[in-house]
Amino acid sequence: MKRGLTGFNIAALVVGFGFLYLPIVLLVIYSFNASRLVTVWGGFSTRWYASLFRNEQLLDAIWVTFRVGLISATIATILGTLAAIALVRARHFRGRTVFSGMVFAPLVMPEVILGLSLLLLFVSLGMPRGFWTVTVSHATITMCYACVVIQARLAAFDQQLEEAAQDLGCPPIKSFFLVTLPNIAPAVAAAWMLAFTLSLDDLVIASFTSGPGATTLPMRIYSQVRLGVSPEINAVSTLLIGLVATGVIAVYLFQLRRKTDD
Amino acid sequence: MTERSRPRLNIGAVRSTFAPWADPTAKPLVRFENVVKRFDGETAVNGVSLDIYPGEFFALLGPSGCGKTTLMRLLAGFETPDEGRVLLAGEDLAGKRPHERPVNMMFQSYALFPHLSVERNIAFGLKQQGMPKDEIAARVSEMLSLVRLDGLAKRKPHQLSGGQRQRVALARAIAPRPKMLLLDEPLAALDKKLREETQWELMALQQQLGMTFLIVTHDQEEAMVTADRIAVMRSGQIVQMGRPADVYEAPNSRYVADFIGDVNIFEGVAEHADGLSVRLASAESPQGFDIVEDDRIPLGSTAWLAVRPEKILVHLDEPPPGPNRMAGKVADIGYLGDWTTYLVELESGRTIRAARANATRFVDRPVDWDDQVWLTFARDAGVVLTQ
Repeated sequence: MKRGLTGFNIAALVVGFGFLYLPIVLLVIYSFNASRLVTVWGGFSTRWYASLFRNEQLLDAIWVTFRVGLISATIATILGTLAAIALVRARHFRGRTVFSGMVFAPLVMPEVILGLSLLLLFVSLGMPRGFWTVTVSHATITMCYACVVIQARLAAFDQQLEEAAQDLGCPPIKSFFLVTLPNIAPAVAAAWMLAFTLSLDDLVIASFTSGPGATTLPMRIYSQVRLGVSPEINAVSTLLIGLVATGVIAVYLFQLRRKTDD
Repeated sequence: MTERSRPRLNIGAVRSTFAPWADPTAKPLVRFENVVKRFDGETAVNGVSLDIYPGEFFALLGPSGCGKTTLMRLLAGFETPDEGRVLLAGEDLAGKRPHERPVNMMFQSYALFPHLSVERNIAFGLKQQGMPKDEIAARVSEMLSLVRLDGLAKRKPHQLSGGQRQRVALARAIAPRPKMLLLDEPLAALDKKLREETQWELMALQQQLGMTFLIVTHDQEEAMVTADRIAVMRSGQIVQMGRPADVYEAPNSRYVADFIGDVNIFEGVAEHADGLSVRLASAESPQGFDIVEDDRIPLGSTAWLAVRPEKILVHLDEPPPGPNRMAGKVADIGYLGDWTTYLVELESGRTIRAARANATRFVDRPVDWDDQVWLTFARDAGVVLTQ
């Protein structure tokens, strides 16, 4: 077997990655476009980045999105960890199979339906839509993803370690924090990152559950695009891509370092 | 049946003056009182009563699934008894959770904390006790030199060999100076040579610390070498308890005789007694078996004679006729270096196991395959079993 790059492999790579990344590359390039017209190249400029930082509405949306992301990812990670513990540790309880199936359900459910059902819930509870309803909704959805990630790690974790800690005089809750948590920390961090990214990206659920004064960045971008694409949107999107890429690379390097430590 | 006296004999080659279990005034450190534990309707421990004394090295021995590990976990607090009580130093342990019990356990998997260095693993229990930092450091280095791991303090568990990990687990469990150390199959993961060495080390350590050790094992050699007393378990019950020599030389059932070491078991019917010996009629030996007088076997009853391979002598020349004599052919020879085991096929088709210590390097005439041989054993070489 030839293990190097054959002509076919190279072609497949170019087509595949081109399909994925060409639009993104275009967007990044046009964010440095001096021209106001999105489709006409008018030379290199960073003016849209400058104007972006004067656009109050956009800055506000960024700030809302980050707050929603931080809080919802944190809630989702905590809830996801708890659910994962229950599903991994308690092997025999009535309806365990149903519960572990139900945790995955939101992963495959159409977002529109999730958004609608959350909206109906908030309406019937008489909750005014706004920052907290978006945050709670995001936490609910991303919790499932967090749970799946942590569950996998927890299943591989030797439960005798916690018994050993208790045997050495450590109470159960403290044993969890001193022994289990440090060992599943990479998965918890990954789960948080995933939840944060999902919240950052989300447009559908935010549209359903948000209200006045809590417009997230994807919502703002979408509404502006409807009125015509502004190069500012390209700039903010480029920043977003840069941020997500930095996060992904940081996680990758962190895991690489852990591996070489072992 | 008339009262017949049995001569008092010293059992085994070991003489021990440490025997608190024989002292009625001695107070046990641990007491199991009619302990029963069920899992989903299966009875794992079925009415076990057991006393373990301070300073004792006690072994729970049995095949897997006999309830020995459950018994240990009941003491550590990871399981709660369905019936009966577990007492430590006279105090009922019911309601005390694992972290409140002054016993420490060494897990079969070692369960070392992978994210902590060797020294922080050992310090873990000490920190829970709230020991001051400098005392912890002193105790940790004392433990490290006790288990000969000096210089490895900063290593992580995955950077250690199996034997080193085993010693870290041991150091971590004894560092808080528990009233009792529980060892769950502590040597199972080590290779044979290391296992033997570690057995001796464990004994020395136990002596040095004066700590009470409870070991759970399926390896009879491990139990025999290390323990002061052994409890042989079978399906949740203790079938025999005693010093290793008692259990080996005076098993109380065919199960125990067979489980501990190799044994040849002959079935026979008691047909004659003269006050000194009993004659068992058996198909295996033309003139039957002569055994030391035993009042547990009335004439006419069936009994089993258990004879260990090393107590059977192999003769190449025909000995004079008499009881305890069998003729056969050498079917197989297993040379182990220190011992040679002969499998001798009798005329009846039964295979008997005889073993001989290779006390000299040279022999006049070695036993060969297919040699005609005679097997004999002394009147007191076997033990009579009634069950």
